[in-house]
Amino acid sequence: MTSNRAPIANFFPRDRSWHPKALTPDYKTSVLRSPSRPLVAFGNSLSETTGPAFGHDLLGPLDNDLVLNFAQAGMSAIGERIIVEGRVLDERGQPVSGVLVEFWQANAGGRYRHKKDGYLAPLDPNFGGCGRTISGEDGAYAFRTIRPGPYPWPNGPNDWRPAHIHFSVFGHGFAQRLITQMYFEGDPLIPRCPIVRTINDPRAIDQLTARLDMNASAPMDALAYRFDIVLRGSRSTLFENRMEGN
Amino acid sequence: MTGVLYPLKESPSQTAGPYVHIGLTPNFCGIEGVYETDLGTAMVSDKTKGERITLEGRVFDGGGNLVKDALVEIWQADADGIYHAKATPEFSGWGRAPADAETGLFRFDTVKPGRVPFPDSRLQAPHLNLWIVARGINLGLNTRIYFEDEAEANTADPVLARIEHRDRVATLIAKGGGGRYSHDIYLQGAQETIFFDI
Repeated sequence: MTSNRAPIANFFPRDRSWHPKALTPDYKTSVLRSPSRPLVAFGNSLSETTGPAFGHDLLGPLDNDLVLNFAQAGMSAIGERIIVEGRVLDERGQPVSGVLVEFWQANAGGRYRHKKDGYLAPLDPNFGGCGRTISGEDGAYAFRTIRPGPYPWPNGPNDWRPAHIHFSVFGHGFAQRLITQMYFEGDPLIPRCPIVRTINDPRAIDQLTARLDMNASAPMDALAYRFDIVLRGSRSTLFENRMEGN
Repeated sequence: MTGVLYPLKESPSQTAGPYVHIGLTPNFCGIEGVYETDLGTAMVSDKTKGERITLEGRVFDGGGNLVKDALVEIWQADADGIYHAKATPEFSGWGRAPADAETGLFRFDTVKPGRVPFPDSRLQAPHLNLWIVARGINLGLNTRIYFEDEAEANTADPVLARIEHRDRVATLIAKGGGGRYSHDIYLQGAQETIFFDI
Protein backbone atom coordinates (compact mmCIF):
# COMPACT_ATOMS: atom_id res chain seq x y z
CA MET A 1 0.00 0.00 0.00
CA THR A 2 0.89 3.60 0.08
CA SER A 3 4.14 4.26 1.83
CA ASN A 4 7.10 6.54 1.57
CA ARG A 5 8.30 4.60 -1.41
CA ALA A 6 5.19 4.83 -3.51
CA PRO A 7 3.59 8.22 -3.29
CA ILE A 8 0.84 9.11 -5.66
CA ALA A 9 1.17 12.46 -7.34
CA ASN A 10 -0.30 15.73 -6.18
CA PHE A 11 -4.03 16.10 -5.90
CA PHE A 12 -5.84 18.64 -8.01
CA PRO A 13 -6.29 21.77 -5.93
CA ARG A 14 -9.66 21.99 -4.25
CA ASP A 15 -12.12 24.20 -6.09
CA ARG A 16 -13.10 26.30 -3.11
CA SER A 17 -15.80 28.12 -5.05
CA TRP A 18 -17.57 24.78 -5.52
CA HIS A 19 -17.39 23.99 -1.81
CA PRO A 20 -19.16 26.19 0.74
CA LYS A 21 -17.18 29.16 2.00
CA ALA A 22 -16.12 28.98 5.64
CA LEU A 23 -18.18 32.04 6.58
CA THR A 24 -21.85 31.63 5.61
CA PRO A 25 -23.82 33.93 7.94
CA ASP A 26 -27.24 32.45 7.13
CA TYR A 27 -25.91 29.28 8.77
CA LYS A 28 -25.30 31.05 12.03
CA THR A 29 -22.93 28.61 13.69
CA SER A 30 -20.39 29.25 10.95
CA VAL A 31 -19.95 32.85 12.01
CA LEU A 32 -17.63 32.19 14.96
CA ARG A 33 -16.26 28.90 13.64
CA SER A 34 -14.88 30.14 10.32
CA PRO A 35 -11.22 31.03 9.90
CA SER A 36 -10.84 34.56 8.59
CA ARG A 37 -7.16 34.48 7.62
CA PRO A 38 -6.21 33.11 4.21
CA LEU A 39 -5.35 29.42 4.04
CA VAL A 40 -1.67 28.69 3.49
CA ALA A 41 -1.06 26.60 0.39
CA PHE A 42 1.88 24.35 -0.41
CA GLY A 43 2.37 21.47 -2.82
CA ASN A 44 1.50 18.05 -1.53
CA SER A 45 4.10 16.04 0.34
CA LEU A 46 3.84 12.46 1.56
CA SER A 47 1.92 13.82 4.52
CA GLU A 48 -0.95 14.72 2.21
CA THR A 49 -0.75 12.05 -0.50
CA THR A 50 -0.69 9.10 1.89
CA GLY A 51 -3.56 8.14 4.14
CA PRO A 52 -5.03 5.34 6.19
CA ALA A 53 -6.50 2.23 4.58
CA PHE A 54 -9.00 -0.08 6.22
CA GLY A 55 -9.47 -3.78 5.54
CA HIS A 56 -12.69 -5.69 5.12
CA ASP A 57 -11.92 -7.50 8.37
CA LEU A 58 -13.06 -4.31 10.07
CA LEU A 59 -16.61 -4.81 8.94
CA GLY A 60 -19.31 -6.73 10.78
CA PRO A 61 -22.09 -8.44 8.80
CA LEU A 62 -24.68 -5.77 9.65
CA ASP A 63 -22.46 -2.71 9.42
CA ASN A 64 -24.11 -1.71 6.15
CA ASP A 65 -27.65 -2.46 7.30
CA LEU A 66 -29.10 0.26 9.51
CA VAL A 67 -32.49 -1.45 9.42
CA LEU A 68 -31.06 -4.28 11.52
CA ASN A 69 -27.74 -3.23 13.09
CA PHE A 70 -29.28 -1.73 16.22
CA ALA A 71 -32.50 -3.73 16.26
CA GLN A 72 -33.45 -6.32 18.83
CA ALA A 73 -33.66 -9.89 17.56
CA GLY A 74 -36.61 -10.30 15.24
CA MET A 75 -37.25 -6.55 15.08
CA SER A 76 -36.33 -3.87 12.55
CA ALA A 77 -36.25 -0.10 12.30
CA ILE A 78 -39.47 1.78 11.53
CA GLY A 79 -39.68 3.72 8.29
CA GLU A 80 -39.52 3.61 4.55
CA ARG A 81 -36.96 0.95 3.73
CA ILE A 82 -34.38 2.13 1.21
CA ILE A 83 -31.13 1.03 -0.37
CA VAL A 84 -28.51 3.70 -0.96
CA GLU A 85 -26.00 2.74 -3.61
CA GLY A 86 -23.43 4.39 -5.80
CA ARG A 87 -19.76 4.61 -6.55
CA VAL A 88 -16.81 6.44 -5.08
CA LEU A 89 -15.01 8.08 -7.99
CA ASP A 90 -12.28 10.64 -8.42
CA GLU A 91 -12.42 13.78 -10.53
CA ARG A 92 -11.07 11.85 -13.51
CA GLY A 93 -14.01 9.49 -13.22
CA GLN A 94 -11.81 6.64 -12.01
CA PRO A 95 -13.19 4.35 -9.30
CA VAL A 96 -11.73 4.82 -5.84
CA SER A 97 -11.61 1.31 -4.46
CA GLY A 98 -11.13 0.02 -0.96
CA VAL A 99 -12.01 3.18 0.92
CA LEU A 100 -14.02 3.40 4.11
CA VAL A 101 -17.40 5.09 3.80
CA GLU A 102 -19.26 5.90 7.04
CA PHE A 103 -22.80 7.24 7.26
CA TRP A 104 -25.17 8.48 9.94
CA GLN A 105 -28.67 9.86 10.04
CA ALA A 106 -31.83 10.67 11.98
CA ASN A 107 -34.62 8.11 12.29
CA ALA A 108 -37.81 8.12 10.24
CA GLY A 109 -39.30 10.78 12.51
CA GLY A 110 -36.32 13.09 12.14
CA ARG A 111 -34.81 12.36 15.56
CA TYR A 112 -31.17 11.50 16.23
CA ARG A 113 -30.09 9.05 18.88
CA HIS A 114 -28.03 11.72 20.65
CA LYS A 115 -28.45 13.30 24.04
CA LYS A 116 -28.31 16.76 22.50
CA ASP A 117 -31.25 16.14 20.20
CA GLY A 118 -34.43 17.11 22.04
CA TYR A 119 -36.83 17.08 19.08
CA LEU A 120 -40.41 16.01 19.87
CA ALA A 121 -40.29 13.02 17.56
CA PRO A 122 -39.63 9.78 19.45
CA LEU A 123 -36.57 7.60 19.32
CA ASP A 124 -37.02 4.30 17.54
CA PRO A 125 -35.78 1.59 19.93
CA ASN A 126 -34.63 -0.43 16.93
CA PHE A 127 -32.69 2.27 15.14
CA GLY A 128 -29.17 3.47 16.04
CA GLY A 129 -28.40 5.58 12.99
CA CYS A 130 -24.85 4.64 11.99
CA GLY A 131 -23.32 2.34 9.40
CA ARG A 132 -20.21 1.82 7.30
CA THR A 133 -18.86 -0.07 4.33
CA ILE A 134 -15.78 -0.24 2.10
CA SER A 135 -15.93 0.52 -1.62
CA GLY A 136 -15.37 -2.36 -4.03
CA GLU A 137 -12.89 -2.71 -6.86
CA ASP A 138 -15.18 -0.69 -9.10
CA GLY A 139 -15.71 1.93 -6.38
CA ALA A 140 -19.21 0.64 -5.67
CA TYR A 141 -20.77 0.81 -2.23
CA ALA A 142 -24.29 0.12 -0.93
CA PHE A 143 -26.19 -0.01 2.32
CA ARG A 144 -29.72 -0.51 3.53
CA THR A 145 -31.47 1.91 5.84
CA ILE A 146 -34.73 3.75 6.38
CA ARG A 147 -35.40 7.12 4.84
CA PRO A 148 -34.65 9.72 7.52
CA GLY A 149 -37.27 12.31 8.38
CA PRO A 150 -36.84 16.06 8.01
CA TYR A 151 -36.62 18.05 11.23
CA PRO A 152 -36.62 21.62 12.56
CA TRP A 153 -33.40 23.09 13.93
CA PRO A 154 -32.46 26.20 15.85
CA ASN A 155 -31.09 28.69 13.34
CA GLY A 156 -33.73 30.99 11.88
CA PRO A 157 -37.18 31.06 13.47
CA ASN A 158 -38.48 28.20 11.32
CA ASP A 159 -35.63 26.38 9.61
CA TRP A 160 -35.97 22.74 8.65
CA ARG A 161 -33.38 20.30 7.44
CA PRO A 162 -34.41 18.34 4.38
CA ALA A 163 -34.17 14.58 4.78
CA HIS A 164 -30.48 13.79 4.56
CA ILE A 165 -27.79 11.21 5.28
CA HIS A 166 -24.32 12.28 6.42
CA PHE A 167 -21.32 10.71 4.69
CA SER A 168 -17.70 10.53 5.78
CA VAL A 169 -15.33 9.28 3.09
CA PHE A 170 -11.64 8.40 3.10
CA GLY A 171 -9.57 8.44 -0.06
CA HIS A 172 -6.11 7.10 -0.67
CA GLY A 173 -4.54 10.33 0.59
CA PHE A 174 -5.38 12.27 3.73
CA ALA A 175 -5.94 15.36 1.57
CA GLN A 176 -8.97 13.65 0.02
CA ARG A 177 -10.75 13.35 3.36
CA LEU A 178 -14.33 14.54 2.97
CA ILE A 179 -17.57 14.86 4.89
CA THR A 180 -20.77 15.70 3.08
CA GLN A 181 -24.52 15.08 3.08
CA MET A 182 -26.87 13.31 0.69
CA TYR A 183 -30.32 14.71 -0.07
CA PHE A 184 -33.32 13.09 -1.75
CA GLU A 185 -34.61 14.00 -5.19
CA GLY A 186 -37.81 16.03 -5.07
CA ASP A 187 -37.56 17.21 -1.45
CA PRO A 188 -39.05 20.74 -1.33
CA LEU A 189 -36.96 21.56 1.75
CA ILE A 190 -33.66 21.33 -0.16
CA PRO A 191 -33.69 24.85 -1.63
CA ARG A 192 -34.95 26.32 1.66
CA CYS A 193 -32.20 24.96 3.90
CA PRO A 194 -29.48 27.37 5.09
CA ILE A 195 -26.94 24.54 5.30
CA VAL A 196 -27.67 23.41 1.73
CA ARG A 197 -27.45 27.06 0.72
CA THR A 198 -23.91 27.38 2.01
CA ILE A 199 -23.23 25.91 -1.46
CA ASN A 200 -23.51 28.59 -4.13
CA ASP A 201 -23.72 26.65 -7.36
CA PRO A 202 -27.04 24.86 -8.03
CA ARG A 203 -25.12 22.18 -9.93
CA ALA A 204 -23.12 21.44 -6.81
CA ILE A 205 -26.33 21.06 -4.80
CA ASP A 206 -27.63 18.79 -7.52
CA GLN A 207 -24.50 16.67 -7.10
CA LEU A 208 -25.57 15.96 -3.51
CA THR A 209 -29.12 15.01 -4.49
CA ALA A 210 -29.66 11.26 -4.80
CA ARG A 211 -31.89 9.95 -7.56
CA LEU A 212 -34.57 7.31 -7.23
CA ASP A 213 -33.21 4.22 -8.97
CA MET A 214 -35.98 1.72 -9.60
CA ASN A 215 -33.60 -0.75 -11.21
CA ALA A 216 -31.63 -1.07 -7.99
CA SER A 217 -34.70 -1.36 -5.80
CA ALA A 218 -35.68 -4.63 -4.14
CA PRO A 219 -39.28 -5.42 -5.16
CA MET A 220 -41.63 -5.82 -2.20
CA ASP A 221 -38.79 -4.72 0.10
CA ALA A 222 -36.96 -1.43 -0.49
CA LEU A 223 -36.68 1.48 -2.91
CA ALA A 224 -33.20 2.51 -4.00
CA TYR A 225 -31.46 5.86 -4.28
CA ARG A 226 -28.30 6.37 -6.27
CA PHE A 227 -25.59 8.63 -4.89
CA ASP A 228 -22.12 8.83 -6.40
CA ILE A 229 -19.37 10.43 -4.36
CA VAL A 230 -16.48 12.21 -6.06
CA LEU A 231 -13.13 12.68 -4.35
CA ARG A 232 -10.24 14.83 -5.49
CA GLY A 233 -8.32 13.41 -8.42
CA SER A 234 -4.57 13.43 -8.76
CA ARG A 235 -2.36 14.79 -11.48
CA SER A 236 -0.84 11.44 -12.14
CA THR A 237 -1.48 7.87 -11.24
CA LEU A 238 1.30 5.70 -9.94
CA PHE A 239 1.55 2.57 -12.00
CA GLU A 240 2.77 -0.51 -10.26
CA ASN A 241 6.55 -0.67 -9.93
CA ARG A 242 7.00 2.88 -11.12
CA MET A 243 8.58 5.10 -8.58
CA GLU A 244 7.20 8.36 -9.90
CA GLY A 245 4.05 9.27 -11.61
CA ASN A 246 4.12 10.10 -14.99
CA MET B 1 -11.32 24.00 -19.74
CA THR B 2 -10.67 21.69 -16.85
CA GLY B 3 -14.30 20.69 -17.10
CA VAL B 4 -13.47 18.85 -20.30
CA LEU B 5 -10.24 17.26 -19.18
CA TYR B 6 -11.58 16.24 -15.80
CA PRO B 7 -15.25 15.48 -16.19
CA LEU B 8 -16.25 15.32 -12.54
CA LYS B 9 -16.20 17.83 -9.74
CA GLU B 10 -15.36 16.86 -6.18
CA SER B 11 -18.52 16.35 -4.15
CA PRO B 12 -19.08 19.60 -2.30
CA SER B 13 -18.58 19.42 1.43
CA GLN B 14 -21.35 19.88 3.98
CA THR B 15 -20.85 20.39 7.69
CA ALA B 16 -20.39 17.31 9.88
CA GLY B 17 -23.17 18.78 12.01
CA PRO B 18 -23.81 18.40 15.73
CA TYR B 19 -24.25 14.64 15.64
CA VAL B 20 -21.03 13.61 13.91
CA HIS B 21 -20.33 11.32 16.86
CA ILE B 22 -23.22 9.06 15.88
CA GLY B 23 -21.42 8.22 12.68
CA LEU B 24 -17.76 8.35 13.64
CA THR B 25 -17.58 7.54 17.36
CA PRO B 26 -20.91 5.88 18.17
CA ASN B 27 -19.70 4.18 21.34
CA PHE B 28 -18.51 7.55 22.65
CA CYS B 29 -22.04 8.95 22.35
CA GLY B 30 -23.79 5.94 23.83
CA ILE B 31 -24.66 3.93 20.72
CA GLU B 32 -23.19 0.63 21.79
CA GLY B 33 -23.34 -2.75 20.15
CA VAL B 34 -23.13 -1.66 16.53
CA TYR B 35 -19.31 -1.54 16.40
CA GLU B 36 -17.09 -3.29 18.91
CA THR B 37 -14.98 -0.19 19.43
CA ASP B 38 -14.77 3.29 17.98
CA LEU B 39 -12.28 3.50 15.14
CA GLY B 40 -9.03 5.34 15.67
CA THR B 41 -8.93 5.21 19.46
CA ALA B 42 -5.83 3.01 19.70
CA MET B 43 -2.69 4.04 17.82
CA VAL B 44 0.00 2.34 19.87
CA SER B 45 0.56 -0.90 21.75
CA ASP B 46 3.32 -2.14 24.04
CA LYS B 47 5.18 -3.24 20.89
CA THR B 48 5.30 0.19 19.30
CA LYS B 49 8.74 1.55 18.44
CA GLY B 50 9.56 5.13 19.27
CA GLU B 51 9.08 7.82 21.86
CA ARG B 52 5.63 7.65 23.38
CA ILE B 53 3.81 10.95 23.45
CA THR B 54 0.50 12.21 24.70
CA LEU B 55 -1.04 15.17 22.99
CA GLU B 56 -3.95 17.05 24.51
CA GLY B 57 -5.68 19.98 22.93
CA ARG B 58 -8.80 22.06 22.69
CA VAL B 59 -10.55 23.91 19.89
CA PHE B 60 -11.81 27.46 20.45
CA ASP B 61 -14.15 29.54 18.33
CA GLY B 62 -13.77 33.23 17.50
CA GLY B 63 -15.61 34.21 20.67
CA GLY B 64 -13.23 32.31 22.92
CA ASN B 65 -15.74 29.52 23.50
CA LEU B 66 -14.69 25.89 23.61
CA VAL B 67 -15.85 23.87 20.61
CA LYS B 68 -16.97 20.87 22.62
CA ASP B 69 -18.49 19.05 19.66
CA ALA B 70 -15.30 19.06 17.56
CA LEU B 71 -13.91 15.85 16.14
CA VAL B 72 -10.22 15.65 15.30
CA GLU B 73 -8.33 13.13 13.20
CA ILE B 74 -4.57 12.85 12.93
CA TRP B 75 -2.40 11.17 10.34
CA GLN B 76 1.28 10.69 11.01
CA ALA B 77 4.42 8.79 10.15
CA ASP B 78 5.95 6.23 12.48
CA ALA B 79 9.06 6.92 14.55
CA ASP B 80 11.23 6.23 11.49
CA GLY B 81 9.38 8.74 9.36
CA ILE B 82 7.47 6.15 7.33
CA TYR B 83 3.77 6.40 6.57
CA HIS B 84 1.90 3.09 6.78
CA ALA B 85 -1.53 3.06 5.20
CA LYS B 86 -2.50 -0.18 6.94
CA ALA B 87 -2.44 -0.29 10.68
CA THR B 88 -0.49 -3.15 12.25
CA PRO B 89 -0.65 -4.53 15.78
CA GLU B 90 2.38 -2.33 16.46
CA PHE B 91 1.16 0.98 15.17
CA SER B 92 -1.62 2.89 13.51
CA GLY B 93 -0.63 6.20 11.95
CA TRP B 94 -4.23 7.33 11.98
CA GLY B 95 -6.19 8.38 15.04
CA ARG B 96 -9.58 9.88 15.69
CA ALA B 97 -10.68 11.68 18.86
CA PRO B 98 -13.83 13.51 19.83
CA ALA B 99 -13.53 16.53 22.10
CA ASP B 100 -14.75 15.80 25.60
CA ALA B 101 -18.32 17.01 25.99
CA GLU B 102 -17.46 18.82 29.25
CA THR B 103 -13.84 19.92 29.03
CA GLY B 104 -13.51 20.15 25.25
CA LEU B 105 -10.20 18.26 25.46
CA PHE B 106 -9.17 15.87 22.71
CA ARG B 107 -6.32 13.49 23.37
CA PHE B 108 -4.04 11.24 21.35
CA ASP B 109 -1.64 8.65 22.74
CA THR B 110 0.89 7.95 20.03
CA VAL B 111 4.61 8.15 19.21
CA LYS B 112 6.53 11.15 18.05
CA PRO B 113 6.77 10.81 14.26
CA GLY B 114 10.10 10.75 12.48
CA ARG B 115 11.10 13.18 9.75
CA VAL B 116 9.44 12.73 6.38
CA PRO B 117 10.97 13.98 3.13
CA PHE B 118 9.43 16.89 1.24
CA PRO B 119 9.17 16.43 -2.56
CA ASP B 120 12.49 18.24 -3.02
CA SER B 121 14.02 15.71 -0.56
CA ARG B 122 14.56 18.19 2.26
CA LEU B 123 13.41 16.68 5.52
CA GLN B 124 10.29 17.98 7.18
CA ALA B 125 10.30 18.38 10.94
CA PRO B 126 8.32 15.83 12.96
CA HIS B 127 4.66 16.71 12.64
CA LEU B 128 1.11 15.44 12.92
CA ASN B 129 -1.42 16.19 10.18
CA LEU B 130 -4.78 17.26 11.58
CA TRP B 131 -8.27 17.36 10.14
CA ILE B 132 -10.96 19.08 12.19
CA VAL B 133 -14.70 18.93 11.69
CA ALA B 134 -17.64 20.20 13.74
CA ARG B 135 -21.01 21.85 13.48
CA GLY B 136 -20.49 25.24 11.80
CA ILE B 137 -17.37 24.12 9.93
CA ASN B 138 -18.49 23.87 6.31
CA LEU B 139 -15.37 22.16 4.99
CA GLY B 140 -12.99 20.15 7.19
CA LEU B 141 -9.98 22.19 8.30
CA ASN B 142 -6.43 20.96 7.71
CA THR B 143 -3.61 22.01 9.96
CA ARG B 144 -0.41 20.51 11.39
CA ILE B 145 1.14 20.15 14.80
CA TYR B 146 4.90 20.47 15.25
CA PHE B 147 6.76 20.10 18.54
CA GLU B 148 8.35 22.81 20.66
CA ASP B 149 11.31 20.63 21.57
CA GLU B 150 12.27 20.09 17.91
CA ALA B 151 13.44 23.65 17.38
CA GLU B 152 16.31 22.76 15.09
CA ALA B 153 14.18 20.58 12.80
CA ASN B 154 11.41 23.16 12.85
CA THR B 155 13.81 25.83 11.62
CA ALA B 156 14.66 23.65 8.63
CA ASP B 157 11.08 22.60 7.86
CA PRO B 158 10.03 23.53 4.30
CA VAL B 159 6.37 24.06 5.19
CA LEU B 160 7.06 26.26 8.19
CA ALA B 161 9.58 28.17 6.08
CA ARG B 162 6.83 29.05 3.64
CA ILE B 163 4.76 30.92 6.19
CA GLU B 164 4.97 34.59 5.42
CA HIS B 165 3.69 35.96 8.70
CA ARG B 166 6.34 34.61 11.04
CA ASP B 167 4.42 35.50 14.20
CA ARG B 168 1.82 32.89 13.19
CA VAL B 169 4.26 29.96 13.07
CA ALA B 170 3.78 29.48 16.81
CA THR B 171 0.13 28.55 16.19
CA LEU B 172 1.40 25.25 14.72
CA ILE B 173 3.76 24.27 17.53
CA ALA B 174 2.66 22.16 20.47
CA LYS B 175 4.05 23.16 23.83
CA GLY B 176 5.68 20.73 26.18
CA GLY B 177 8.30 18.03 26.23
CA GLY B 178 9.17 14.80 27.92
CA GLY B 179 6.41 13.06 26.00
CA ARG B 180 3.58 15.37 27.06
CA TYR B 181 2.35 18.09 24.75
CA SER B 182 -0.58 20.45 24.68
CA HIS B 183 -1.92 22.36 21.73
CA ASP B 184 -4.95 24.59 21.43
CA ILE B 185 -6.50 25.41 18.08
CA TYR B 186 -8.17 28.76 17.44
CA LEU B 187 -10.63 28.77 14.57
CA GLN B 188 -10.73 32.54 14.36
CA GLY B 189 -9.44 35.72 15.98
CA ALA B 190 -6.12 37.22 17.02
CA GLN B 191 -4.57 33.82 17.74
CA GLU B 192 -6.11 32.12 14.71
CA THR B 193 -4.34 28.85 13.92
CA ILE B 194 -2.80 28.46 10.49
CA PHE B 195 -4.96 26.26 8.29
CA PHE B 196 -3.67 24.83 5.05
CA ASP B 197 -5.04 24.51 1.57
CA ILE B 198 -3.54 21.13 0.81
